[in-house]
Amino acid sequence: MKSIISVDKLTKKFSGLNAVDEISFDVKEGEFFGFVGPNGAGKTTTINMLCTLIRPTAGTANVAGYDVASQSSKVRENIGLVFQDTTLDDRLTAWENLEFHSVVYHVPARERKQRIDHVFDLVELSNHKNDVISTFSGGMKRRLEVARGLLHSPRVLFLDEPTIGLDPQTRRRIWDYLARLRSETNMTIFLTTHYLDEAEPCDRVGIIDHGKLIVIDTPNALKSRVGADVIHLSTTDDEKMKNLLETKYDVTVKDVKGELAFEKENAEEFLIRVVEDFKPYLTSIGVRRPTLDDVFLKLTGREIRDEDVPPKHSMSSIASRVKGGR
Amino acid sequence: MDLEAIYIIWLRDLKINWRDRGNLIGALVRSVLWLVVLGLGLRAGFRSVGGVTFSQYIFPGIIGMTILFAAVQSAISIVWEREFGFLRELLIAPIPRTSITIGKTLSGATWATLQGTVVLALAPVVGVSLTVTQVLLTLLLMLLISVTLTGIGIIIASRIVTFQGFGVIVNVILMPMFFLSTAIFPLPWLPDWLKAIIMANPLTYAVDLLRLVTIGLYDFPLMLDLGLTIGLCIILTTAATFLFVKEI
Ligand SMILES: Nc1ncnc2c1ncn2[C@@H]1O[C@H](COP(=O)(O)OP(=O)(O)OP(=O)(O)O)[C@@H](O)[C@H]1O
Ligand SMILES: [Mg+2]
Repeated sequence: MKSIISVDKLTKKFSGLNAVDEISFDVKEGEFFGFVGPNGAGKTTTINMLCTLIRPTAGTANVAGYDVASQSSKVRENIGLVFQDTTLDDRLTAWENLEFHSVVYHVPARERKQRIDHVFDLVELSNHKNDVISTFSGGMKRRLEVARGLLHSPRVLFLDEPTIGLDPQTRRRIWDYLARLRSETNMTIFLTTHYLDEAEPCDRVGIIDHGKLIVIDTPNALKSRVGADVIHLSTTDDEKMKNLLETKYDVTVKDVKGELAFEKENAEEFLIRVVEDFKPYLTSIGVRRPTLDDVFLKLTGREIRDEDVPPKHSMSSIASRVKGGR
Repeated sequence: MDLEAIYIIWLRDLKINWRDRGNLIGALVRSVLWLVVLGLGLRAGFRSVGGVTFSQYIFPGIIGMTILFAAVQSAISIVWEREFGFLRELLIAPIPRTSITIGKTLSGATWATLQGTVVLALAPVVGVSLTVTQVLLTLLLMLLISVTLTGIGIIIASRIVTFQGFGVIVNVILMPMFFLSTAIFPLPWLPDWLKAIIMANPLTYAVDLLRLVTIGLYDFPLMLDLGLTIGLCIILTTAATFLFVKEI
């Protein structure tokens, strides 16, 4: 498959701070790509460059076949955007917001009504079409923004932290819409998040920290870098089982907190075998897989939502926020 | 140029202005009060100029004030849009920036002309009788002046960051522009130093044109009025477009 986004040594400097530092990557057409990193990592800055909102300091980026610096209008025609902060018109109704969008994005007049109705259905807001946005809750606004981003059938949909500040149900719903969208169209989705668990369904995940792209791979491959899956079980006779397991499967079994545990590749499939072999002795059995949080911890040495930024970074980023702040 | 985009931007602005009923009523009440209260209150002290009453004299000035406030208010909503994020939706759209400025200029001008027309309809109340030609000419003039004033509004909007600034703008720019024109005070009444300031105020020439068309009085030659008003319209609209294109 061909690349729909290709980024080469893309860099953005804000008064001395490298918000984005020579990142290079490709996203394939139809891919569900997650960009993950802690606050201030450079996610929004990267999206802003890809969406032609800000100019790169150095490097190039190509989106949907067009250069973001020299063909910004063409790029814009082909992308949908859901920003981190709302960009709806508070004083218009939901319908008027979408109508406005469909006109400035050149949706053919004949198709407008039908497309608007379709996206309203998708995000389950059909009953609120004629409500003014100022009466919407945060979750409703976000859903409407997703709908608006889809209205002109973009080839790439960019979502900057689409679920931030939303309750678990609404988060769930947004993910459901995206899943549905992916099953129905071949749209490429590029999203950023700092909830690593949200990045699980992505085809590939890039982890960014302090403006640098640390790693990029499928969630499974990333997790296997941290370690294999672990099968853990409690039994009627731990001592005897430990020996049986070790001789039969050639693994090292550890006794952790009153449970037996051993590492195994493709643990979920292997589980069935263990159950078949030892059913009478088992009282419970399960698989624990490394999470993307473990990956982040291993690669950066800290938790993703660790607010304790190392001192040398915190000073410089505070200074730059003050200077660059609007 | 993207005609449909210009149209939808224009339409949206008008919808929003129209829905802000409090603001609209406030603006119209302000104009009527100025016209009626000031006109009646100062009638006695008014040494007749060109055989008109004071209410008649300030009538074109009040039209000028009405369109000044309406146009700037409409354009200044850009600040609001920037603060609440909508401006980004507009700026990121695949349309030329000039379409955005044109749409905004036209909506401000339409809105100001509509309000000016309401005041114009009060002509019989103050005893000004107008022919159809006069009405048409006034409408045309109002449109021209409103375009200029919207341009001023857009320039202001590109300079101020928060919406709180609007109160300051009213006091520091709009009120002085209104008072330091010939809107209320006949030029011959004034000391020379004040005349100098008034002659530096572009609104003076716009009011002079409106006065010429509605009640036949004027302070400056027609060609000067027209030249300055049209020239300024072109300069300010260009400047506004340029500043807006630079946004983000
Ligand atoms: N306009 C600006 N001027 C100066 N510095 C900026 C500007 N925009 C962003 N930065 C800095 O660039 C760095 C990256 O910011 P960015 O908004 O891209 O982070 P992010 O990954 O999106 O974070 P978050 O999760 O908080 O949204 C931060 O240190 C930020 O302070
Ligand atoms: Mg961000």
